[in-house]
Amino acid sequence: MTIEDTKSGHAATVDRNAAAAIDVAHLVKFYKTNCAVDDISFKIARGSITGLLGGNGAGKTTTIAMIMGLTLPTSGKVSVLGCAMPAQSAEVLGRMNFESPYVDMPMRLTVRQNLTVFGKLYAVSDLKGRIAQLAEDLDLTDFLDRASGKLSAGQKTRVALAKALINAPELLLLDEPTASLDPDTADWIRRHIETYRRSNNATILLASHNMLEVERLCDRVIIMKKGRIEDDDSPEQILLRYNRTTLEEVFLDVARGRDREQAP
Amino acid sequence: MSLVERSHGIAMHRINAMVLRYWYLLVSSWPRMLELVYWPALQIITWGFLQNYISQNAGFFAQAGGTLIGAVILWDILFRGQLGLSISFLEEMWARNLGNLMMSPLKPIEFLISLMIMSLIRLAIGVIPMVILAMFFKFNLFALGLPLIAFFCNLIFTSWSLGIFVSGLVLRNGLGAESIVWTLMFGLMPLACVYYPVSVLPTWLQYVAWALPPTYVFEGMRALLFDHTFRADLMLTALAINVVLFIVSFAIFLGLLNSARRAGTLISGGE
Repeated sequence: MTIEDTKSGHAATVDRNAAAAIDVAHLVKFYKTNCAVDDISFKIARGSITGLLGGNGAGKTTTIAMIMGLTLPTSGKVSVLGCAMPAQSAEVLGRMNFESPYVDMPMRLTVRQNLTVFGKLYAVSDLKGRIAQLAEDLDLTDFLDRASGKLSAGQKTRVALAKALINAPELLLLDEPTASLDPDTADWIRRHIETYRRSNNATILLASHNMLEVERLCDRVIIMKKGRIEDDDSPEQILLRYNRTTLEEVFLDVARGRDREQAP
Repeated sequence: MSLVERSHGIAMHRINAMVLRYWYLLVSSWPRMLELVYWPALQIITWGFLQNYISQNAGFFAQAGGTLIGAVILWDILFRGQLGLSISFLEEMWARNLGNLMMSPLKPIEFLISLMIMSLIRLAIGVIPMVILAMFFKFNLFALGLPLIAFFCNLIFTSWSLGIFVSGLVLRNGLGAESIVWTLMFGLMPLACVYYPVSVLPTWLQYVAWALPPTYVFEGMRALLFDHTFRADLMLTALAINVVLFIVSFAIFLGLLNSARRAGTLISGGE
C-alpha cells in the first residue's frame, strides 16, 4: 500500500511494503521493578512521519532511547534501517540522528565549532558547505560564531536541529522538538521538519506533547500509556474512532481512562 | 547521494573530531588554561624551596640533590595524566553532551583514545612550565636522560588506566561520583612511595606497594639519583603490570557503559 503524503500535498510517498525503517518487536524495559515499556511492537515505514504520544512516564523517551541503542531493552528486539540494535549499531548510527531536550550542545563552543565537531564525527564530506547550507536553511548565519550557551531557547533548538541534520540522516528521532518554544518559532521548526522529510524522503519518529504538531506533521500516531500501546493509526482514523475533532481530546480521553466506547 | 563517508574499525576522523572538541573548549576558557599551569607551578616552587633548605642542612639530601623535585614532577605526571583524561570526560557530563556522543558513530575505544590524547596535551601545558621552573632550583628533568622515557611511559599508562576506571564510575553513577575523580590518586600516593623508599613501609604493606606500577618508577628514580644506575628490571615489571591494569580498566569501562545502558542513564546523565 502506498500512502500519498496528504499532509503537505507533495511528492514524498510512504511505502508500507518496503522494509521498515524501524521494527520493534515485543519490546520490554524494566528499571529495577518498574516496567517502563511493556511488550510493545510496531513497524515504521520508510519516508513516514510517526508521532509517539503519551503523558509523562508513558514510556516514549525510553522507547526512543532503545531504538537509538542508548538504553538496552530487558527483552524484545529493535531493528533500525535493517540492522539489529544495539549489536549492529556501528552499521547504522551514521545514517540516523536525534534531537532531545535531555541532551545539550556544548555551551562554550560556538555554533560553528559544534557543527564542525559533529560533522567530523559523522564524516560529512564538504563539511564547510554543509554547515553553510544548514545555517542558511535554519537561519543560523548571524550567530554561527556565537557560543551556543549564549543563544535564546529558539536559537538553541534550531542549532540542535542543525546538529541532528548535519549528516542528512535517513532516520531522524525527535523528542519534543518544539518544547518551550514560542508559537512562531515552533511553527518555523515544524515547517523545516516537513521540508526535510519531503526533500530527503527521510523517516521521522517524533515524540511530542503538542497535539497540533502531531496532527499537522504525522502520517501515523502511536499512543502510549503506562508503557503500552493504547492506539496506533492515522490521525484521521483515531479521531473517527474516538469520535473527537482534535487529538488533544483523544489524548485526554486516553489519559483519563475513557475508552473509545465511552467517548462521545 | 549520501553526504556521509562510511568507515569501519577505529576511525582517525572521529578521534580528531573529539580532540578538536576538547581543544576548542580549552582555548575558549582562560581559567581552564590557568588551572593547568597554576597548581604544578605552585607545587614546584614550594617543594623547590623546601629542597634547597633541606639540602643545606642534611647531608643525605645534599648527596642526591633533586630527589624531592624529581618526585614532585613525576607525581604530577601521574596525577595530571589521570585528571587530564577524567576532566575531559567530565566535560561531557557537565555539558549534558554524552547522549549526543553515544548516539553518534563514535566508538568507546575512539572516545577513550581522544581522552588519552587530551590527557597528553593538558599534561604538556601543565608540566612544561613546571620543568622550566625546576631549573631555577638546579634540577634539570631532562638530565635523567633516556630513563625518563621509561618513567614517563609507565606513569602515563597508570594514569590512563585509573582515568578510564573513574570515568566508567562517573558514567555509570552520574556526577555524584565526581569526587572520586579528584581524590582517587591521593589514595595511591602513600602506597606508591613517592617521597620515600618502599623499605619504609611495614612488610605486609610492601606487597601492596609492589603491586602498583608507580612504586617501581619512584624506586627507579631514586636508584638513578642516588646510585646512578638505571633499573631496567623495575621498569619492565611496571610495564607488565601496566598492561594488565590497562586491559582490566578498559574492560571495566565497557562493563560500566553496558550497565549504564541497562539502567538508562546515558541519555539523562545527572546525579
